Amino acid sequence: MTEQQEAMHGEHSHPGYGTYVVVAIVLTVITALEVAVFYLPAMKPVMVPLLVALSAAKFTLVVMFYMHLKFDSNVFTSVFVAPLTLAILVAIALIVLFRYIPVVTVAVPS
Amino acid sequence: MEATSHAAAHPPTATGLPTLKVGFWTFLGSETLFFGALISTFLVYKHGSVSGPYAHEVINIPLTSFSTFVLLMSSLCMVLALAAVQKDSRKGALLWLFMTAFLGATFLGCQAYEFTSFYHEGLTLQSNLLGSTFFVLTGFHGAHVTMGVIWLLTLWFQTWSGRIGSGDALKVEVAGLYWHFVDIAWIVIFTVVYLLE
Repeated sequence: MTEQQEAMHGEHSHPGYGTYVVVAIVLTVITALEVAVFYLPAMKPVMVPLLVALSAAKFTLVVMFYMHLKFDSNVFTSVFVAPLTLAILVAIALIVLFRYIPVVTVAVPS
Repeated sequence: MEATSHAAAHPPTATGLPTLKVGFWTFLGSETLFFGALISTFLVYKHGSVSGPYAHEVINIPLTSFSTFVLLMSSLCMVLALAAVQKDSRKGALLWLFMTAFLGATFLGCQAYEFTSFYHEGLTLQSNLLGSTFFVLTGFHGAHVTMGVIWLLTLWFQTWSGRIGSGDALKVEVAGLYWHFVDIAWIVIFTVVYLLE
């Protein structure tokens, strides 16, 4: 790809085959770890934070290396991360609202 | 000559970035909100069912772990397809595009098997809150995968007939972005729906 083409794609050079394969191996290992955490009774107390962290690591690896956000223009990162942040905040708000705030029922006199 | 035709296909923009790619990233941003809403709904109502079957009775972790691995490998094939197109390797592009579509179809096969077994165990769209939220979330994801497989097969056919070369790498890159998004959506769904109790 010429410099002109790279400029038009808003990107710097992408990683090579080796990097892609290494990322795939890491993703596979993390998935195996996730399943191990699920089955190991000793992991129960730390299961939720550990699984969330492992999932976030996989998500980040795919976005940075396979979707090339690590190498592309920051415009793409902003356009993607802003709604992603909003989606995470909405999810947290909904869970707190429905799970942790008690429902108050008001008896209506008949 | 090639750079000239490429520049003609993608004229300069105010940002210096291809409009198609900016527009597609914006679309993917909206997709995060869409899946965010579905995942939030699942989390809120996951334990709200008043009758079974419940999640721990039906969920098949070995099968889903396998389909997760399949989807991750399809993402690897997708980046290899893009690299092949950028290097003008027609053979490589045909191989990796086909492998990506094949692995996507394998994932869909696993999902069809899972849905059928859940149905036989009594978990349907109408049976309880778990069924409703589970099938809507994973069903929409499956629909996205189906669209992706069709898109990939279309690209494969265009490459086979010589209508896609290194000058059209952006077309494959955008399809790749969609495919990787489907993958990251599943990474979250696998944890939230299947692993978190």
